[in-house]
Amino acid sequence: MANKKAIRDAYGETLAKIGEENENIVVLDADVASSSKSILFGKKFPDRYFNVGIAEANMVGMAAGFAASGKIPFANTFAAFIMLRAGDPVRSLIAYTKLNVKLAGTYAGLSDSYDGASHHAITDIAFMRSLPNMAVLSVVDAVEAELATRAAAEFVGPVYLRLSRAEVPIIFDKSSYKFEMGKGVQLTEGSDVTIAATGYMVAKSLQAAEQLKTKGIMARVINIHTIKPIDRELLIRCAQETGAVVTAEEHNVLGGLGSAVSEVLAEEYPVPIEFVGIRDTFAESGDYELLLEKYGLSVDNIVNKVNKVMKRKNKQCGLLMK
Amino acid sequence: MGLSAERKKYLEDLCHQSRRKLIEILYKIQTGHPGGSLSSAEIIATLYFEKMNIDPANPKHESRDRFILGKGHAAPMLYIILAERGFFPKEDLESLRQLGSHLQGHPSADKTPGVELSTGPLGLGLSAGLGMALAAKLDKKDYYTYVLIGDGETQEGIIWETAMSAAKFKADNLIAILDKNGVQLDGTTEEIMPMGDIKGKWELFGWNVITINGHDVEAISDAVDMAKTVKGKPTLIIADTIKGKGVSFMEGKNTWHGKPIGTEDYNQALKELEGIING
Repeated sequence: MANKKAIRDAYGETLAKIGEENENIVVLDADVASSSKSILFGKKFPDRYFNVGIAEANMVGMAAGFAASGKIPFANTFAAFIMLRAGDPVRSLIAYTKLNVKLAGTYAGLSDSYDGASHHAITDIAFMRSLPNMAVLSVVDAVEAELATRAAAEFVGPVYLRLSRAEVPIIFDKSSYKFEMGKGVQLTEGSDVTIAATGYMVAKSLQAAEQLKTKGIMARVINIHTIKPIDRELLIRCAQETGAVVTAEEHNVLGGLGSAVSEVLAEEYPVPIEFVGIRDTFAESGDYELLLEKYGLSVDNIVNKVNKVMKRKNKQCGLLMK
Repeated sequence: MGLSAERKKYLEDLCHQSRRKLIEILYKIQTGHPGGSLSSAEIIATLYFEKMNIDPANPKHESRDRFILGKGHAAPMLYIILAERGFFPKEDLESLRQLGSHLQGHPSADKTPGVELSTGPLGLGLSAGLGMALAAKLDKKDYYTYVLIGDGETQEGIIWETAMSAAKFKADNLIAILDKNGVQLDGTTEEIMPMGDIKGKWELFGWNVITINGHDVEAISDAVDMAKTVKGKPTLIIADTIKGKGVSFMEGKNTWHGKPIGTEDYNQALKELEGIING
């Protein structure tokens, strides 16, 4: 079994490391420092660390002021709160003026599973990617968390970094995995169907691809870690070469990765698309893996959607032949 | 402390001229907020012409003092003062709120030289101002960050989040000025949301508080000097003002928060303001 590591641990450790390399990095937290792991930075650099208490809007407003003065602030809280409680300064101060603020939303998706729907974040991608100037990153594992955090710090402009609470398998090899903002990563060869996934659903998609292979279906799994700006070129090429797409994300199907992929392909190269995601409902408390299963974010459901999209693709091909 | 008679007269004349310019522009474009712009004339003018270390030729130099217009709807008065100070040509003022102009309905830091922060949604300016003030401390720079907030604006919850934080982080290089004109869009602050003991509230939140007449340029100048002597805590200057100041029929009237100016009202307003200027 693959090694596991919590994404938030990798994030916190990376923050502390890059804090050493760049003294312009400042970190803010809203009383969840031991959850977000920003505390690892805070212990090392207390002068550049600001815990503002349970006041998310003020945290992000302050981050805007830091950025306007040449700092590189990382603002941390739960994904649900950074988009909702701090949504106004995120839009009105940071996105509007392209301020160089990094918004780290931890506990994204259903990963804070036991706390229930109040703490789940299933609309954050939709909100963040609809803000002009905002880049949106979503990471798969601890290796990618480190690389994405570094990339966010180096990128000049607002970035939303979507992080999971969960301890997830490490699927990328740190020595060879390349992370470039805006570039999707093809993980498996396949020409029957493309599975475009983000976050933890990438790991599930790889398992689905294994299962499909035993049935003779070769699925091309691509990791869309940058939901905005999305890799249009890769999506178009995959649609052309495989003729069908399934998207997979730990987010509402409204407005997330599936929507982003559809927007590109509808304009550029329409093919049948199926969506794996939460079907516009609030979830509930429970074990993380059981929740994912219940709300359709499972290997089985990815396989089902692949079968469905393949049928649609083949039907279309059949019609074209007539 | 204190202003020379000459400086005082200069600033007072500048405010009268700015009020007149404001009425002319808002009449011409038939949009914008006269009331809250008129109440803040002396505050903005005194900061930009007397107190702040700024260089219009080099608006981004690192050690400049920062000014944030928290009550972003007073943008027309800010623009008039910025233009007068030389941040951009005065001719630009007539393009306010028009397509293609760098002068947006509410301040936009991306577009207008001299605007430090995009504001409009109330309450955010003070929060960002605190970030700027703390950045100055990290960089060991001695610039001050000034944030002009409205009294209605302090009904926003984030104001009190920031009030708490500024005290915790000992932001003594942050000076907030409350344009206490007592009127908001729907009525007086007493009618809509009584503010109670404003001074007491801010003091309890850990701020140094100074109360002045916000139309007295000398008092504004002195209050800023006093604020700078206080170490370890941020300062709030409560500036008692009159919404619509200078135009009798606009004074204290919530209806003039954001109403277009008709021709008769325009003529009357100009007559009054010219009376002040010539008298």
